[in-house]
Amino acid sequence: MEHVNGTDKGNVVLYALSTCGWCQKTKELLREMGVAFDYTFVDLLDGKEQDDAMNRVEKFNPAGSFPTLVINNEKAIVGFREQEIREALGQ
Amino acid sequence: MTFTGINEQDVDRAYDALRKDAMDGGYRLNPDAEFVKNLIRGLLKNEQRYAYRACPCRLASGKKEEDLDIVCPCDYRDSDIEEHGACYCALYVNEAIADGTRKVAPVPERRPPRSQRGTMKERAVQTVAVGGGATFGSLPFPVWRCKVCGYLCARDQPPGICPVCKAKKERFERFL
Ligand code: SF4
Repeated sequence: MEHVNGTDKGNVVLYALSTCGWCQKTKELLREMGVAFDYTFVDLLDGKEQDDAMNRVEKFNPAGSFPTLVINNEKAIVGFREQEIREALGQ
Repeated sequence: MTFTGINEQDVDRAYDALRKDAMDGGYRLNPDAEFVKNLIRGLLKNEQRYAYRACPCRLASGKKEEDLDIVCPCDYRDSDIEEHGACYCALYVNEAIADGTRKVAPVPERRPPRSQRGTMKERAVQTVAVGGGATFGSLPFPVWRCKVCGYLCARDQPPGICPVCKAKKERFERFL
């Protein structure tokens, strides 16, 4: 997990792929909003680590798709949904 | 987004080729050229690490036989353009989005989740086997279907490259 400093809005974790356009846009949005968050590029993880990450993604988003943004271990926003992300993380 | 080992000349070359292929086949690319080039960087990166152009917005397994449905253009592109105006990555879009009269919205994932993929494949093969054997056993030629664009042809083997969408032979399934 990489950490990005910013305003504390709770536990914000972004599961992304290093090659995916919408993942990149989501990451940029979070940076622009100045929210503190952790992110991981699941495609760059190996074997078991990748499997664990996928299991976590699927827990919140059964389709196992990216980007999956998990907020406080309870709510997930799937895909680059700018409006929803802004609402959930306040601005 | 930049990746080591991928140079910008290759990206530009791939962009021109993709645009030409899209136009020839009646498809349109996302009008945001920088967004498209980012996806192309992803495609080239995947070609480098997996040896095939797996969809940049999906997690590839690294095993080609498991990923054939998401080799770009994926099996889901046409249905997603039809229903949502864009493919899952928004690399390919419909006319309205290409012309700028409509905006791209997030496309839900159509590919079955990990846990259902195996069974889905088995089912697809079975359906084809039953249809082919029982009802159409007397056709003079088997009929092959391109899983990317739906093109059908009746011949001993599927063509090396789909004449409509340029998908490779491995993307064909026995239809009848
Ligand atoms: S057609 Fe679009 S969604 Fe499908 S593999 Fe290519 S970039 Fe990804």
